[in-house]
Amino acid sequence: MTATAIRAPAASALTTEVRDGIAVVTLDVPGAPVNTFARSVREEFAVLLDRLERDDAIRGVVIRSGKPDVWVAGADIEEFLEIETASQAEAMSRDGHSLLGRLEKLTTPVVAAIHGACLGGGLEAALACAYRIASDAPKTVFALPEVQLGLIPGAGGTQRLPRLVGLQAALDMILTGKNVRARKALQIGLVHELVHPAILDDIAIARARALADGTLRRDGTRRSHGAKEILLDDNRVGRAVVLRQARECVVARTRGQYPAPIAALDVVATGYAQGMERGLRAEARLFGELAVSEVSRQLVFLFFAVSALKKDPGVPQLAPPPLPVRKLVILGAGFMGAGIASIAAPQGTLVRLKDADHARVGKGLAAVREVLNDRLAKKQLTRLELEDYMSLVGGTIDYSGFANVDLVIEAVFEDLAVKQRVLRETEQVTRSNTIFASNTSTIPIATIAEASSRPERVIGMHFFSPVPKMPLLEVIVAPKTSAEVTTTVVAYGKALGKTVIVVNDSPGFYANRILAPYINEAGLLLDEGVAIDAVDRALVDFGFPVGPITLLDEVGLDIAGKSGAIMVEAFGSRLAPSQSLQRVVAAGRTGRKGKKGFYRYDDKGKKGGVDLSVYELLPTGAQRTEVPAEEIQRRCVLAMVNEAVRCLQENILRSPRDGDVGAVFGIGFPPFRGGPFRYVDTLGAERVVRALEGLNTDRSPRFAPAQLLIEKARENRRFYPERGHPLGG
Amino acid sequence: MATYGNGRRVAVVAGVRTPFARAGTALRNLSAIELGKLCVAELIQRTGLDGTEVDALVFGTVVPSVLAPNIAREVSLLPVLPKGVQAVTVSRACASANQAITDAADQIALGHASVVIAGGAESLSNVPILHSRGFADALVAASRAKRLGGRAKALSRIRPKDLVPITPAIAEPSTGETMGQSAEKMAKINHISREEQDQLALRSHRLASAGTKDGRLTAEIAPAYVPPKYETVLTSDNGIRDDTSLDQLSALKPVFDRRYGSVTAGNASPLTDGGAAVLLMSDERARALGYTPLGFIRSYAYAALDPGEQLLQAPVLAAPVALKRAGLSLRDIDLIEMHEAFAAQVLSNLRGFESREWAARAGFSEPVGDVDRARLNVMGGSIAIGHPFGATGARITTTLLNELGRRGGQFGLMTVCAAGGMGFAMVVERQ
Repeated sequence: MTATAIRAPAASALTTEVRDGIAVVTLDVPGAPVNTFARSVREEFAVLLDRLERDDAIRGVVIRSGKPDVWVAGADIEEFLEIETASQAEAMSRDGHSLLGRLEKLTTPVVAAIHGACLGGGLEAALACAYRIASDAPKTVFALPEVQLGLIPGAGGTQRLPRLVGLQAALDMILTGKNVRARKALQIGLVHELVHPAILDDIAIARARALADGTLRRDGTRRSHGAKEILLDDNRVGRAVVLRQARECVVARTRGQYPAPIAALDVVATGYAQGMERGLRAEARLFGELAVSEVSRQLVFLFFAVSALKKDPGVPQLAPPPLPVRKLVILGAGFMGAGIASIAAPQGTLVRLKDADHARVGKGLAAVREVLNDRLAKKQLTRLELEDYMSLVGGTIDYSGFANVDLVIEAVFEDLAVKQRVLRETEQVTRSNTIFASNTSTIPIATIAEASSRPERVIGMHFFSPVPKMPLLEVIVAPKTSAEVTTTVVAYGKALGKTVIVVNDSPGFYANRILAPYINEAGLLLDEGVAIDAVDRALVDFGFPVGPITLLDEVGLDIAGKSGAIMVEAFGSRLAPSQSLQRVVAAGRTGRKGKKGFYRYDDKGKKGGVDLSVYELLPTGAQRTEVPAEEIQRRCVLAMVNEAVRCLQENILRSPRDGDVGAVFGIGFPPFRGGPFRYVDTLGAERVVRALEGLNTDRSPRFAPAQLLIEKARENRRFYPERGHPLGG
Repeated sequence: MATYGNGRRVAVVAGVRTPFARAGTALRNLSAIELGKLCVAELIQRTGLDGTEVDALVFGTVVPSVLAPNIAREVSLLPVLPKGVQAVTVSRACASANQAITDAADQIALGHASVVIAGGAESLSNVPILHSRGFADALVAASRAKRLGGRAKALSRIRPKDLVPITPAIAEPSTGETMGQSAEKMAKINHISREEQDQLALRSHRLASAGTKDGRLTAEIAPAYVPPKYETVLTSDNGIRDDTSLDQLSALKPVFDRRYGSVTAGNASPLTDGGAAVLLMSDERARALGYTPLGFIRSYAYAALDPGEQLLQAPVLAAPVALKRAGLSLRDIDLIEMHEAFAAQVLSNLRGFESREWAARAGFSEPVGDVDRARLNVMGGSIAIGHPFGATGARITTTLLNELGRRGGQFGLMTVCAAGGMGFAMVVERQ
């Protein structure tokens, strides 16, 4: 649609063209990849509303986007950073209410013609329109993601959405921030109509005309009115049940550590109990409080950190362009190898999966298909797509088909000799510039690369298990690794949908290295007689998804034992494993995979309670000691945090940002605390140093504070700026 | 001098096939399209070919799926290939894959294409079952009916006899003879004894078994990890019996003529599932992409005769034409592959090669000649390996060229007989 438009002065976001009494408004923020409701856009909107309130010649309005895949993506997050007080944020929310209130009250009908992402404030604006028509396209999605940043919708979403789609559907969106696709949006009544993208504008204009003429009624909801909706959404008693259940669910899930979903429930309930006006005021007030809350600050930090990482090529300066990765070889069709194949094939990469015998290859292919079947069940892909992706994965037990391979990922047995052998064999059958990446979790890349005839092509790509679900990828750069190899592997990791941090080569790299003292400390607590579940419960209360002892069982006690040995060898007695772990490993328990660990496991591998027979192996036997949860948390968490700072100090980590993202996305450090370095800033370096010194005893120097921490404490400095942009940019 | 190609030599760069499995066994849950996709995907993987280089894909199949008759197009939609690849499905009965290969080669010779994948696949475990006419008519009437009453009325017209499905038989429409009956007839006309046929069958199994054991035959097979569970892995043709004996073969009863017959299940090729594909390129493109071809197509010929006469004898008419077009005689040929539809057919073809009458019918004064058995089907043939109708031609091409390479030979000849009284012959050269 070419607009023979009345263009406002250059650099305006809104362009209005009037055709036969229907004003077609195109939102296209100049110089930005997506549309957001930045201040200047809101001002233009206000001017537009002025005009629409007065101009009788305009009988109907269509609002469309000029961006290819986005309608409106929400608020301008950079503007959000300017907020310093709760009342500032509250005022911002009330301004939004006022603007959208004017939109809603216009006698001239407004039709939202939505193609692409309609998120946050964008969705809230659409809710204030008289009619919503969307394109039936994969890119058209709706969401209120505010809760993921520790906020609640601030422009009326908590009030308008439940009234439109019903309480249950609205809570589902508000409490999780999930994306709702076009078809589901139609089903729940979020939009009135779905059409093919090519006729979206035309039909929107026709609807605007029909609304103006009165041939189409401006009505409320079209949503499904099944028994469930009638019982639970449409009456007070039902809603009370839903709200109570939702509250229980949220409290159980968030363990009271995330205030935003609870606030959302409160505000929604207020709106039903006291009317929309009171509901909006409650929304503004709580939005204000949350905007300056610690939790929101940390979640916003993580958002910026992940965004910055997306743009980071992985090399500090003059990044060479990444090479394409069209064909990938994965050595080892085990759990990790198959997991990597299951995310590579959907990217269109041609994958060759190699293992020692046909049975292993077959198992690997079956594992890949299982991952894709799960996605099929969740309707994330179609059956045809599944068959297509499987056709991209070829299995082999020899080196056929290696001649045109761009990248080799080695995921074989965790043994140096085996890895060096496959490295040598692979180099003989691949090109001279083929990249060899090891998925090792413990062996330094430089050590593996000693067997290589071209060590500059050797790098580490450390995925986390299970590969399809865990977002982090540690790319490990050895001293000889070339910049081109680094940028290529970083770019490919991003193409696979991972959050990529680049760390320098060293035993345990980053994530596993900071995990070691944390788990050791948990083991030492067991040595002292603390109950297994008490240790785990304390750390889950702190915010980890599972406790350290459960994690040990998950990882595999034998693997943890081996990895522990490597850590001690590299870093000394500071990382000496506990007696408890040593004894349990020696007794032959392997954890969940062997159905025998610190906990009980049934045939299906489901975790039960603590296996009380384990205590017979531990130093204090049946004797239990009680240690306050707060002390358990302090010891385990500070051990991890201290080690993280050492990694930065020793230049394993390139920045605190990488360390925080790595800990949160790789090993479950509580996101609402931001990460180990954010945690130090929150407590203050001096307080952390004092706490560590307090824990440090002459018997074991394992809590000796890292030098960098001592410096920060002495100079009263932080890792991140206290105000302004969280990354200091 | 080679005459085929108008100056553009057509190279056979590589060939890959699935293992061939007896119908109803390991590959029974895979459609012909899926079998085709498996061997083409592995062909591309093994040769390290960039999918975007492929111009066209030609595939043959004899019993098409009613739901997806365009097997070539479906296979060409593999994600590793660009969506702009030209695709065409061809059919010349058991020589369908050969038809695919010669069509592909023709496109290259004409300069229309430079890289073409050609082959074929068949799933005889998944043969379409047809409804009787009465049932089909009632169903169509019911689907057209506008109201429930109309539907019920249409369906009520079905009689019990209408419910008996029609199973496709491999019979010639023009003669009513099944292929086995034709082979039986040929055995009698050409005086092929039961013992000779069983010996040929035994030979086929022994040599195929040897080729499997030492890896020559399996080198061209892409191991089939059978979806969706991938628990079954087939790495070689499962119809080969390395323990069969003349005694066992001679104990079998003749199937097509109880009284005087000699054709049995043991000396005929079995119903088989499988797929096979070859990668063809112009010589120029092969060299530009850094490939050393397995060989080149020097000449080919098709022939036909009255299906009621000797259904499977047409290779005898095609072979001398192919040899003439190649400027060669049988003496020059280092290795020969003859498709073994039935032992009786192979032996009849061999007799025909030696016959002046058949030579005259083909328009030649001298017969093709006496085939040196030491150069014939040296790793067995379709009787042991199996015969997925649409795939065999591509298998034979790959096997012939690979073995020619191993023996340092220069020229190879292949013949394939086909239903409808048709035949095919092709001469390949290594350099």
